[in-house]
Amino acid sequence: MFENVDLTLVDWSRAQFALTAIYHWLFVPLTLGLSFIVAIMETIYFKSGSEEWKRMTRFWMTLFGINFAIGVATGIILEFEFGTNWSNYSWFVGDIFGAPLAIEGILAFFLESTFVAVMFFGWNKVSKKFHLVSTWLVAVGANLSALWILVANAWMQNPVGMVFNPETARNEMVSFWQVLFNEVAVSKFLHTISSGFLLASMFVLGISAYYLLRKREYFLAKRSILIAGIFGLLSSLLVAYTGDTSARVLSKVQPVKFAAFEALYDGKQDAGLVAIGILKGSDRKIGEKEVNDFAFRIEIPGFLSVMTGGDRNTFVPGINDLVNGNASQGIMSVSDKIVRGKKVRDLLSDYKAARAGNDRQKADGISGMFRDKKFIDDYFRYFGYAFFGKPEDVVPNVKVSFYSFHLMVMLGFYFILVFVLALIFLYRGTLHKNRWFLWVSLCSILLPYVAGEIGWVLAEIGRQPWIIQNLMPVSAAVSQISSGSVITTFILFAVLFTVLLIAEISIMIRQIKLGPKH
Amino acid sequence: MTIMISHIFLQHYWWIIIALLASLLVLLMFVQGGQSMIFSLPKNNLQKTMIVNAMGRKWEFTFTTLVTFGGAFFASFPLFYSASFGGAYWVWIAILFSFIIQAIAYEYRSKPANVLGQKTFDVFLFINGSLGPFLIGTAVATFFTGSQFSLNEMNQVKWATPWHGLEALLNGRNLALGLTVLFLARTNSLLYIINSVDDKELVESSSRKLAMNSIAFLIFFLFFVITLLVSKGFAYDQATGKVSMEKYKYLHNLIQMPLVLILFLAGVVDILYGIGITIFKGSRKGIWYTGTGTVLTVLALLLIAGFNGTSFYPSTFDLNSSLTIDKASSSLFTLKTMMYVSFIVPFVIGYIWYAWKSINNKRITEEEMKTEEHVY
Repeated sequence: MFENVDLTLVDWSRAQFALTAIYHWLFVPLTLGLSFIVAIMETIYFKSGSEEWKRMTRFWMTLFGINFAIGVATGIILEFEFGTNWSNYSWFVGDIFGAPLAIEGILAFFLESTFVAVMFFGWNKVSKKFHLVSTWLVAVGANLSALWILVANAWMQNPVGMVFNPETARNEMVSFWQVLFNEVAVSKFLHTISSGFLLASMFVLGISAYYLLRKREYFLAKRSILIAGIFGLLSSLLVAYTGDTSARVLSKVQPVKFAAFEALYDGKQDAGLVAIGILKGSDRKIGEKEVNDFAFRIEIPGFLSVMTGGDRNTFVPGINDLVNGNASQGIMSVSDKIVRGKKVRDLLSDYKAARAGNDRQKADGISGMFRDKKFIDDYFRYFGYAFFGKPEDVVPNVKVSFYSFHLMVMLGFYFILVFVLALIFLYRGTLHKNRWFLWVSLCSILLPYVAGEIGWVLAEIGRQPWIIQNLMPVSAAVSQISSGSVITTFILFAVLFTVLLIAEISIMIRQIKLGPKH
Repeated sequence: MTIMISHIFLQHYWWIIIALLASLLVLLMFVQGGQSMIFSLPKNNLQKTMIVNAMGRKWEFTFTTLVTFGGAFFASFPLFYSASFGGAYWVWIAILFSFIIQAIAYEYRSKPANVLGQKTFDVFLFINGSLGPFLIGTAVATFFTGSQFSLNEMNQVKWATPWHGLEALLNGRNLALGLTVLFLARTNSLLYIINSVDDKELVESSSRKLAMNSIAFLIFFLFFVITLLVSKGFAYDQATGKVSMEKYKYLHNLIQMPLVLILFLAGVVDILYGIGITIFKGSRKGIWYTGTGTVLTVLALLLIAGFNGTSFYPSTFDLNSSLTIDKASSSLFTLKTMMYVSFIVPFVIGYIWYAWKSINNKRITEEEMKTEEHVY
């Protein structure tokens, strides 16, 4: 029923998608945040009529344009890669997953692309008011497009609002609102866009700091720091809050991923949150997978239990509990889930045989089971486990998950500190005297990029081996093409994107050095 | 009162939306048409800048329409998305590749320190302008000529040739449609330049080029249409679910769907009229007619590809793996949900129209290219 899969093909297909996603995410967050910062600046220009504010708006808009173009270029491939490289997945979930992508195009992309043209070329062609509205609509459009793709991604992490149809061998949507307001989607969207606002704020702060270090563009630099400081501080607080919410949601819907974040192997009550830690190997194993131990850690006692369940008595399951089961906590083992998943798969084969043999009664009976809530809860929700041979296959890379998570959290706190200091120094009028801080701000431009990328590494590596949590592993989702073809396109994309990135950075640096036009 | 909307109705509704998006995409590929002439049409750098800016202010629309077309196809006919994109891998990758290099070329070509130099970015525009329409036309031609794939019982696609889509380039009819789309894009582009650029010399050279490109378009278009109407088509019997070859299938479709026939004829007449009044009367409004004609003609062609018991994505390798609008579509619930979303489309078209008019209210001039701050 399911084709044997070449694992090299799976790995290269994953690598290609990761490559395009990583490159795309180098540009998207700046678009999300800078669009709002530019809109705020233009609003002040609109209200004040000050040419200085107009100059400032146009300067940041130029940088926005350079970044926007390459964001668009790297984005188109992502949409189509679902089809080219993950065609089995596309059919299995297209009934649900396609809708957000289509809505993204209709509602968001057209809004963005229509008004971005007015934003760039309309200064002398449309009224000031229409231009301002266009700039705001670009910001809204950009962020709306993020909403829909994140709704789609969240569904992969927490599939809701659908039933499986054995006739078509795919999942079909039964509640659009459940898909849209999926709890993972809500927290993921807020966390992601606020991280974009943060990144853009740091970008503006860092470049403004560069001007102050160079003793030029004082007006632009100080006003930009004021806006970036406030916007950045609010954003970084929102990032922290939504990060916390996301983690709580994950602990419920993707407990193995959550346990991997904390490298928590043995579940317990009063579980502590690791603030800082270093992992090392150990003699213990789960199946054939090595268990990591801590060489060093600083823990906040009881905090993980409080975070996930509201009090210190909450049991937080570890990877061992989730793989081998824990009867006292009502946790089913992966072996049992594999058995249940295989029963569903056998039933699906029976259905296909009944259909082929024109046994309508049997086929209808099986079809009805796939709509029965008890069958869904007890069996179908483990459908994807049928693909695994060993229980430990469901464990993601713990080291990558752990370090990504902790580095991201540490950077989050660092960003709050930077924005607070920027506002304090600005308020006291001592920004230009604290050259160390200006250097820190300049050097910090890259850090939100690091945080954003590792955030995605965390989200996507952490949910391995699933492409759709519990329903479909990546190995079953891949297109049946030769691995040689994927390796070739991987290399082509890697070379092209790298060349374009170098061009983008070079142009950006030159524009920054040139500064606003006088 | 509850209105019952059937699955069949929605499948047809969504095929019309897909066909409409595709026809708008072909129209908007006038941007690519202009790019394909970036080295041959302008006599000097200033003219080149005017052409690039005339096209460059619209490239986002073409790009967005392509992305929306992909998204809408995925949402409404996911089996096509998985079968075609996952199977005809190389054709789609080549198309995407050409669009990636377009997206940055406009913004970066004239920026200082762009590393690759303006010439390279202009070559990017040329590649996208030539390959984009040609390959899209070739890929769409397989809707009529078929591809070599099969589907298993889980609806997973297996391509029957190692070329993964490139074999489409060996079929003369596919090539003819590819070249039709390319020369139509160039024709529309020349008409758009004549309409929106205020430069006597450039308008004159565009008018001269128009005749040659129109003739090339007509030759390939007629070849494709005639061979289409006299060839066998892929008929689908809804009662048995079987696909079979039927002589003159697409001609039958046109005759059996008179409204589509009228759309088709009106489209062709519109295109010819737009070209004619430009060449023979020196009109600058030809683009309005050829533009409308392009949309109507492509719409009609895609309607005969999918309606009236026809397989819109046939397999010549395994006829019964061929995709039809009922076999490939999303569920009733999804199509209905998406239908509500589609009601917003007129509003979207409205604001696009308004914004487009606001930007195009003055023709592009030499003066503007010298004084405008944001010039490609």
